[in-house]
Amino acid sequence: MAEQHTGIGISIKNLYKIFGSDPAAYIDDVKAGMTKAELNDKHNHVLGLKDINIDMPGGGIQVVMGLSGSGKSTLIRHINRLIDPTAGEVIVGDEDVVKMNQLELREFRRHRTAMVFQKFALLPHRTVLENSVYGLEIQGVPREEQEKQARRWITRVGLEGFEDNYPNQLSGGMQQRVGLARALTNDAPILLMDEAFSALDPLIRMDMQSVLLDLQREIRKTVVFITHDLDEALRLGDRIAILRDGEVVQQGSKQEIVLRPADEYISSFVREVNRGRVISVEMVMTPLSAEPQGMPVSRETVLEVAAKTMTDGGEPMAHVVDSSGKPIGNLDINQVIAAMVTPVDHADAA
Amino acid sequence: MEWLTEFPDLGTSTLRNIRLTVDGAFREFTRAYGESIELLFEPVKWFLINSEDFMTETPWPLILLIVAVLVWLASRSWKITAGSMIVLVAIGLFGMWEDTMKTIAMTFVATVLAIIFGIPIGIGMSRSNRIQTLFNPILDIMQTMPSFVYLIPVIMLFGIGKVPGLIAVIIYAIPPIIRLTNLGIRLVDKDVLEAADAFGSSNWQRLKNVQMPLALPTIMAGINQTIMMALAMVVVASMVGVQGLGQQVLRAINNQYFTLGVLNGLAIVGVAIIFDRASQAYGKRLQRHTEVVHG
Repeated sequence: MAEQHTGIGISIKNLYKIFGSDPAAYIDDVKAGMTKAELNDKHNHVLGLKDINIDMPGGGIQVVMGLSGSGKSTLIRHINRLIDPTAGEVIVGDEDVVKMNQLELREFRRHRTAMVFQKFALLPHRTVLENSVYGLEIQGVPREEQEKQARRWITRVGLEGFEDNYPNQLSGGMQQRVGLARALTNDAPILLMDEAFSALDPLIRMDMQSVLLDLQREIRKTVVFITHDLDEALRLGDRIAILRDGEVVQQGSKQEIVLRPADEYISSFVREVNRGRVISVEMVMTPLSAEPQGMPVSRETVLEVAAKTMTDGGEPMAHVVDSSGKPIGNLDINQVIAAMVTPVDHADAA
Repeated sequence: MEWLTEFPDLGTSTLRNIRLTVDGAFREFTRAYGESIELLFEPVKWFLINSEDFMTETPWPLILLIVAVLVWLASRSWKITAGSMIVLVAIGLFGMWEDTMKTIAMTFVATVLAIIFGIPIGIGMSRSNRIQTLFNPILDIMQTMPSFVYLIPVIMLFGIGKVPGLIAVIIYAIPPIIRLTNLGIRLVDKDVLEAADAFGSSNWQRLKNVQMPLALPTIMAGINQTIMMALAMVVVASMVGVQGLGQQVLRAINNQYFTLGVLNGLAIVGVAIIFDRASQAYGKRLQRHTEVVHG
């Protein structure tokens, strides 16, 4: 019953969050331009999020990236309102989450969202199966249906045979699979993942990323993924927003981020990225002005693959074709290699 | 300089008036409401009498069997079960069977009532800091006030008998279960609670599915403490007419019967150890899933 959710978009508008004893008193000052440091020094309030505007299209993976203290975990908690904003709107589908009353909010959380947590947050006294049915159980779905759904997802995340184990009998990676199965069993169109893989070993993390990408091809949910790891962001994200000190410093596709980092902060991250695996030939080709030359490569091909194909074929030139096979640009092996090795500074890109 | 060495008190006549007024008011209250309050405690009395009858009138082999089964179910340990049997047989051989049964009945009823009232109060305290600040001093008073003091108004209301003894035992024994219920719920992992919220749990679902199960080992520790304190009170309770081992100890004190005192004292210790080991082993079994076995 893998429903094809056409995808519910999430649109965050002018979102502010101030932590402290009387946030409402300072919201106007902050909107008028008071800085985080000033608010903290003079009024002892912490500016958690400042004027966040992000449009997350339905059915895609939106990554929110930032270092610790950047406000990314605060931001994701505004989507299901585990944290109440000080000002702003969170539009999910056509409803404003901020305006919901307690009952509406509970229904919203039950049917529209599911969440995966950094520290797994499983119920230690329940087995894998009993954990997985939790969302459906509190909705009052018949037990038989709960278990049927849960077993399907437990199998899907690779935990078949572990249904009757308790979380403390499983490794971290397996526990997070339970967390994922619990969220998927809920069958909500929105999946919120708060640093879901950050607590895992690098190899297991890669493994879980593949599981998620695999699943996403099938379920097409609107996924909001929080991470502090740029490689993870680039691997998973259809779109990426980068947060710093509670503000969005840049958002766009991964290629935009890698090729045109908005400031020194982002370029310092991007410098460490394996560009050959992120940038596609489309971004570096010369738009077609002459005859298409050499071998054809499709527009989404990443540079690393293109370079290998071209050198294997012994051809210094190639042409880029779109999905219908129509040539759209020319590509020189030197261009490819140059784009792979040159770290782009935000100053050069501008 | 007399005012420095003598504390300037309110004066004998003022103090006497205060005493007379309060005593008079309470006596009035007793006269007016004594009967209806006694009526209110009728179910408790019924519960106590029936438990006692059950323990004393059931054939002793059956009681041994029941205790063995209960201890086994709680502890899943042959050692503890066998130990309990040895203690009970020894108690029987030394002629203290009936008194011990009465004491166990009393402790059982006191513990059940403490659980029935204590857990909801503990939950209330965990949900609101205001209720917590309200109840904490009351619990302090209940634990430190000499039990004879609150026995005075209780006896004025109920006279000598089982019920006032039971009330005294419960007042003394209920604080640990209230405190540890409160503590257990407050210590529940915030991440797990957040997860329960994120899936849209109602308050009741949160309490039932997350808070109570995760707090249960701590609550069990509270129940264990409550049982121990209830047993410690049986001697005091015997002074107002509760029968059982305490009464024999009291008799031994009054008549300087050394052996009688020691034997009955040891019987109380034996019963306490049975309760303690069984309930602790049960509490430990409840915790087995929260311990990390896999790194």
